[in-house]
Amino acid sequence: MNARLGAIALRIAQAVPVLFGVVVISFLLTRALPGDPAAQFAGVMATPESIEQTRVKLGLDKSMPEQFATYVVQLAQGDLGQSVSTGRQVTEDLADRLPASLELTLTALLFSCAIAIPLGVLAATRPGSLIDQLCRLLVTAGVSLPTFFTGIVLIYVFYYLAGIAPSPLGRLDFAYLEPEHVTGFFLIDAAIAGDWETWFGALKQLVLPAVTLGLFTLAPIARMTRAAMLSALSADYIRTARAAGLGTTKVLYGYAFRNALLPVVTTLGMVFSFSLGANVLVEKVFAWPGIGSYAVEALVVSDYAAVQGFVLAMALLFVTLNLIIDLTYSVIDPRFGTAAK
Amino acid sequence: MLSISDLQVAFKTRRGEVDAVKGISFELAKGERLGIVGESGSGKSVTSYALMRILDAGGRIKAGEAIYGGVDLKRASETAMRDIRGREISMIFQNPRAALNPIRKVGHQIEDVLIQHGQAIRSDARKKAIAALKAVKINNASARYEAYPFELSGGMCQRIVIAIALACDPKLLIADEPTTGLDITTQKAVMDLVDELVKARGMSSILITHDLGLASQYCDRIVVMKDGLIVEAGNPIEIFTNPKHPYTNKLVDATPRRGATIRSLLPEEERKPLAARQMGDTPLLEIKGLEKTYHGKSGPVRAVKGISFTVKAGESLGLVGESGCGKSTTSSMIVRLLDVSGGEILYRGEDIGKMPALAFARNPLRSKIQMVFQDATDSLNPRHTARQSIAEPLKRLKGMHGEALNARIEELAALTGLPEHLLDRFPHQLSGGQKARVGIARAIAPDPDLLILDEPTAALDVSIQAVVLNLLADLRAKLNMSYIFVSHDLNVVRLLCDSVVVMKDGEIVEAGSVEAVMDNPTNPYTRALIAAAPHAPDRKSAA
Repeated sequence: MNARLGAIALRIAQAVPVLFGVVVISFLLTRALPGDPAAQFAGVMATPESIEQTRVKLGLDKSMPEQFATYVVQLAQGDLGQSVSTGRQVTEDLADRLPASLELTLTALLFSCAIAIPLGVLAATRPGSLIDQLCRLLVTAGVSLPTFFTGIVLIYVFYYLAGIAPSPLGRLDFAYLEPEHVTGFFLIDAAIAGDWETWFGALKQLVLPAVTLGLFTLAPIARMTRAAMLSALSADYIRTARAAGLGTTKVLYGYAFRNALLPVVTTLGMVFSFSLGANVLVEKVFAWPGIGSYAVEALVVSDYAAVQGFVLAMALLFVTLNLIIDLTYSVIDPRFGTAAK
Repeated sequence: MLSISDLQVAFKTRRGEVDAVKGISFELAKGERLGIVGESGSGKSVTSYALMRILDAGGRIKAGEAIYGGVDLKRASETAMRDIRGREISMIFQNPRAALNPIRKVGHQIEDVLIQHGQAIRSDARKKAIAALKAVKINNASARYEAYPFELSGGMCQRIVIAIALACDPKLLIADEPTTGLDITTQKAVMDLVDELVKARGMSSILITHDLGLASQYCDRIVVMKDGLIVEAGNPIEIFTNPKHPYTNKLVDATPRRGATIRSLLPEEERKPLAARQMGDTPLLEIKGLEKTYHGKSGPVRAVKGISFTVKAGESLGLVGESGCGKSTTSSMIVRLLDVSGGEILYRGEDIGKMPALAFARNPLRSKIQMVFQDATDSLNPRHTARQSIAEPLKRLKGMHGEALNARIEELAALTGLPEHLLDRFPHQLSGGQKARVGIARAIAPDPDLLILDEPTAALDVSIQAVVLNLLADLRAKLNMSYIFVSHDLNVVRLLCDSVVVMKDGEIVEAGSVEAVMDNPTNPYTRALIAAAPHAPDRKSAA
């Protein structure tokens, strides 16, 4: 038991150097971008003198270590610098846009888990059956259809043809007022404010992009659930449980499913990571004001501070996420941190 | 109590239906202990799964009847079967650690069964589960209740499996190879425990095993199965002294036992006299104060604590002990796959222990010391044909290629009795015995003086084991090799070795000639080991 607690503490401690590495890399990466940001920001009408002025203003005339030191000091104060393209503090921009992306990604994951896990379990318990074939079809479709394509098809069918979906333009139709900012998640904020009309408005906007992204993330989860369930069901301890006369439900959910969850949790973490990246296309198609489209725009104009802020925020998210996954793992698996695992 | 007539079990496979059990009949009386003995593929385990109706997907009872206490097990509903399993008929399995849910406390696993069969309710389940643990003689049962399977030893896990099986007081216990993979003393402890519990509760039992000796010791009656059919049935003494079916005869012969010689394991017509061996007086290998310390998380672990012994040229030495005694660590160090922590390994007077294990592959002595590994399947590259596997050491150590290489491979195949047309097959297309031959051919390919055999027959059926042991005996005479035979099976060591070293907790507790150690053991541990080995009735004395 102590070994397990120790392993958990060690796992948390391991996150610290990773975070430092992330800070260094995000700094170096943005410096490696092509193009002269000073020239970019001085504008098209700039003279060499004004470019030089901008350079000094941005602190780009200093040596790299000096720049890095300034960066770290600012970072410690929670200052990510100013985005030159939006003219706002990067922290403000991120605070606006990160919740939008997270809301979309989390809803999509919730949706795909709600479908993929039961589907995988059913497919594994009835191999070769109709539901197994359906699972196979969905998995193939999910991996082979790019998100921008499914997104456009969904818009065409549900918005253009059927007319049940709202126009795919952002998080909330202009008929509604944004709920008061608490978490940045519209669904949660609206619920806190008790404004159910806005809640439904936000939900309607969310459904299509979330389904689009969900269809994409469904495939690996369903496939992993099916495979993990199949291998758990053929394990010796399932035979023991059956020979002891345990009921089907107990065997299936109490024994097989809990063991099958381990690889599924790992997959979930990976899927979450790459769906944050895959977001960009979905955000573009649905005009979703998320962090992905923000980063792409910033990258195009060499907006140092914004790109740095984005990379840092994403990396932080990844590290936290992996930490959560590992901690979840340690809850499910008693062998965590011992020689057996 | 249980009556089976003309039971047939078939499995659907891609190549159509395959009959695993082809019509067997037997009866089991109340309180009777039946043994079903057979080699792999005989259908003995499938029979028991069919009785419990827990066959894998695709398997079904094709014909015949199985009546237990008036209930037709073939036609009973799934709900009725669920009440019978665990409550009336229970089962224990081989590989106990895998037979337990790895992420559930063992106490809870017992509770699950108690609650399922209405033997306990939530509030008293814990108390009853602890009582079930005590019933299988687990010390400190309330602490063990909280343990997970990975925290327990194999023998302890098997006790838990037994506790689960017996928690609801069933009338019939089916034990499917319950001691495979357990140490010999643990095997005895587990079998004695099962036997005691079965007798005390007036239960019937079916012991499914490949070990005729084990069955004869713990069963009142034995049926011998081969290829899905019962070839012979009778009481153990009859089976051993007067086997009627040729297959039973072969099986009885192949079972290593006291008084047997290596040739007597083979069928009579194949018993050629053993070729004489040359035994030199010069030591081939001297081990002096050999030590190995691992640095674990919780401090250093001394796996081998300064042991010394000598192997003379042409001599075969048995290295005996139970898991964790350091015998595998010792053999890995001698074969130079593992660095030593202290002491000397003198090969013809040269200390090879000083050379780092990593560099030893380029040492000319590499070809002189070779090893045959425990699991013939896992130790062969699945993507290499038998020919490629045998060629590897010849190419690397002898620089052979082309015609010479092929000629040598065919010579080795002939030496190890591997038919030439099998050389181009992959491991999965070979039987266990054939894979063992490939492993041996690969080991003797570079012409070694010393062969380390790490339980080379542990995973083989007894009749195959008999053939492989005889092959090894022939090869050492023909090629003038010395063996270090690592094993936990004293009966096998007795057959093949001249001297024996018994290890326990990294130390040598007894050493000497096989006769001296086996017939007059002085150390209590050696005595316990010898006593724990199953005693098959002696064929000649009883006849």
